[in-house]
Amino acid sequence: MAKELIKGNEAVVKAALLAGCQSFYGYPITPASEIAHAGALFFPRLGRTFLQAESEIASINMVYGAAAAGERTMTASSSPGISLKQEGMSYLAGAELPCLIVDVMRGGPGLGNIAPEQSDYNQIVKGGGHGSYELIVLAPNSAQEMADFTRLAFDLADKWRNPVVLLTDGYIGQMMEPVEFGESVGKLPRKEWSLTEGFNMDENLVSSIFLDTDELEAHNAHLQAKYRKIEAEEIRYEAYQCDDAELVLMGFGIVSRILRSVVDRARDEGLKIGLLRPKTLWPFPKDAIREVAGTANKILTVELNFGQMVDDVRLALNGSIPVEFYGRQGGNVPTVEEVYEVAKTHLSAAADVSA
Amino acid sequence: MPKKLVLERPKGFYEKFERKPGDKSNTHYCPGCGHGVIHKLIAEAIEDLGIQDRVIMVSPVGCSVFVYYYFKTGNIQVAHGRAPAVATALKRANPKAIVVSYQGDGDLAAIGGNNILQAANRGEHITVFFVNNAIYGMTGGQMAPTTLPGMKTTTTPYGRDEDNEGPPMKVSELLATLDGPTYIERTAVWDNKSIAKTRMAIRKALQCQMDGKGFSMVETLAACPSGWKVDPKNQYEWMLENMQPFFPLGVKKDIRDERESWHRTPRDNSAEEVSEALDLNVPDPKLFPSEYKKDSYRNPSIKLAGFGGQGILSAGAMLANSAMEQGYHSSWIPSYGPEMRGGTAYCFVNISDQEIGSPTVSHPDVLMAFNRPSLEKFEADVKTGGLLMYDSTIIDVEPTRTDIEVLAVPATKIADGLGNTRMANTVMTGAYLAQTGILSREAMEQTIPKALKRKNLVDANYLALKAGMEFVENQ
Ligand SMILES: Cc1ncc(C[n+]2csc(CCOP(=O)(O)OP(=O)(O)O)c2C)c(N)n1
Ligand code: SF4
Repeated sequence: MAKELIKGNEAVVKAALLAGCQSFYGYPITPASEIAHAGALFFPRLGRTFLQAESEIASINMVYGAAAAGERTMTASSSPGISLKQEGMSYLAGAELPCLIVDVMRGGPGLGNIAPEQSDYNQIVKGGGHGSYELIVLAPNSAQEMADFTRLAFDLADKWRNPVVLLTDGYIGQMMEPVEFGESVGKLPRKEWSLTEGFNMDENLVSSIFLDTDELEAHNAHLQAKYRKIEAEEIRYEAYQCDDAELVLMGFGIVSRILRSVVDRARDEGLKIGLLRPKTLWPFPKDAIREVAGTANKILTVELNFGQMVDDVRLALNGSIPVEFYGRQGGNVPTVEEVYEVAKTHLSAAADVSA
Repeated sequence: MPKKLVLERPKGFYEKFERKPGDKSNTHYCPGCGHGVIHKLIAEAIEDLGIQDRVIMVSPVGCSVFVYYYFKTGNIQVAHGRAPAVATALKRANPKAIVVSYQGDGDLAAIGGNNILQAANRGEHITVFFVNNAIYGMTGGQMAPTTLPGMKTTTTPYGRDEDNEGPPMKVSELLATLDGPTYIERTAVWDNKSIAKTRMAIRKALQCQMDGKGFSMVETLAACPSGWKVDPKNQYEWMLENMQPFFPLGVKKDIRDERESWHRTPRDNSAEEVSEALDLNVPDPKLFPSEYKKDSYRNPSIKLAGFGGQGILSAGAMLANSAMEQGYHSSWIPSYGPEMRGGTAYCFVNISDQEIGSPTVSHPDVLMAFNRPSLEKFEADVKTGGLLMYDSTIIDVEPTRTDIEVLAVPATKIADGLGNTRMANTVMTGAYLAQTGILSREAMEQTIPKALKRKNLVDANYLALKAGMEFVENQ
């Protein structure tokens, strides 16, 4: 198959168009702007919609409209812009509208900086908007996965009638790697519930309002039941060298690439270190974590923040083995050597515990 | 039996309001509320224009949040103020639909102010029915941007004070100053005559969209007796007395005759059309073999560093691209954020027969230094036993390390000899190829045309590549 050396951010756009995405509603922000640039270049070539909206608030609401019309649709932004989209994301989840939202995370809080961070984990995975809802969250760690997960995102969004977030960082977005794109999807089936001109629209209502308390409770129960099904069916992760690992490293996105090098290095030195990388941050691979905890004495979570995903790791394990954290922040990305040294100290400590 | 006279509902309404809890025949509006009158005029227009099956009504947040109880059309309920943004996308996805955004003055003029402004300015092919009742009805009679001076509301208990809250906002006049919109009129529903005018305006606005003539809006002054705390019996006098002076009725803009008719038919793209548009019709990689000069040259991580403008990033991209052509895993990442400051631009390239972990490393196997600061800054990082290449034309110091292989390449001088200084990066790349044998000249030659923006430089770069290789081969 033919491959293209391409930036992750641009791969998202090509994959989206191959997945049948009909519209892109964006607002520029570094380091997500290349997605908008590529969108502006390619969507019109196919007669599809690219629109630079007046704000992130407008663009997420445009996505709400396009999704209600039954289109595959997307938007892309970075942390401060994502904060603005939160109300819209809550509405999308409440009205059960499928769409793709890309978050190329940058440094915060406030204006922060444009360097890579992973401190949107909480606002995306824990639902930064109001209400009890879940977004399906995919965490790619290569340009190839930027493409593959974009396609997967549209499929999952339609399958579950739920917004999906591609949670990535400036590093994965800027990096060029060979990508194999695959075929374009054929004609997609019409969504029965959507507002599509010519198809009995007067029977359909897209809404998230349930004035009656019992009705809203029932709607939420329905959403929760859906979320439990998604948890049962859609968890994805990668376990690398975990079978005999005494220390398991956990991280997502760019960090998982660094951790992979740390594991390779450790194995060269005969140290039993493995890597567990969630590909879906929600649903979270709790069972896989519990499984590695059967052999491992300790887990070390590494993130580009002050500890967000680590809370979920700790919840999954409920104290069964120690969970440690190492993080860098402000746009600093730890080196392989740096993490390796930290991992080694935890490995010896882990051995002490088991001895 | 005498025929019973039944007042028929316009076909724009559902026969029974099934979505409404409790009473399914009457609306939820207070007695005397302007929304009810305006709803009826819209429903009649929908019926008379024969567009019932094409309309999508956008319900806002406000007392009219339940528009979807009543209109037998496509229905969507949206966030406070965002109806014009939602309508924008509904219309673009459904060019044949008639998309109607129904909004109150808090929704449209306060929280959604920018959304209406921008949708109007883009000339979106939507119709907006804007109900100006000078107050927030739903939330308990607070001040709206349209609240009149001195008017008492729950958030202006002493009366709207223009020094504190500013004067009432004249939205129609404001939007009419924009070039984008086509038709804007302000009407009222306080007597039969004004209602008749509103009826006409609503039809004109919908017709405007049906004809593909662009953005249309009717602002209608309407009563909110509950919010105003005015007896419905006196509400119309109240409006004439208080609202009319501030909000002059009439057409604010109408350029329907000047506008070309817009029509858009969504396109289905064939698979071939998509690959073509995405530039994906590229040949499969050729998988040229490598002829390593040394085993330690395998799976290198390479740092290329120099001044911005020396072609550092593109030389790196060419290497990563050629590696891909030869079937390797490869990655390219530019220097990021704070690293970009201080006179050196650099990038990392990894080439490997294994999956690549970290795309950056602290100790690269190969350093290609194109200027003195890069050499001085990064020489110490090169892995023991690694390879350091530097442009000896530009860099007037010599590397000091003895535990690494050092190759001085007069890249700039060679490039100058070929007539273009800026090809020093390609010369250096050629030297790297010849030194290591990792990538074939053929793979690199396939990559050069793809990497160069200026196609007239392709042949010259082939020569530069060759010259760089020959420099090493002739050593
Ligand atoms: C983000 C947000 N802020 C505030 C509200 C509360 N709210 C609901 S309706 C409304 C005002 C509506 O007034 P208007 O648009 O004038 O409509 P009316 O009720 O007068 O018809 C407000 C502030 C909300 N629902 N969402
Ligand atoms: S509060 Fe005012 S706007 Fe709302 S229904 Fe009553 S009269 Fe109408």
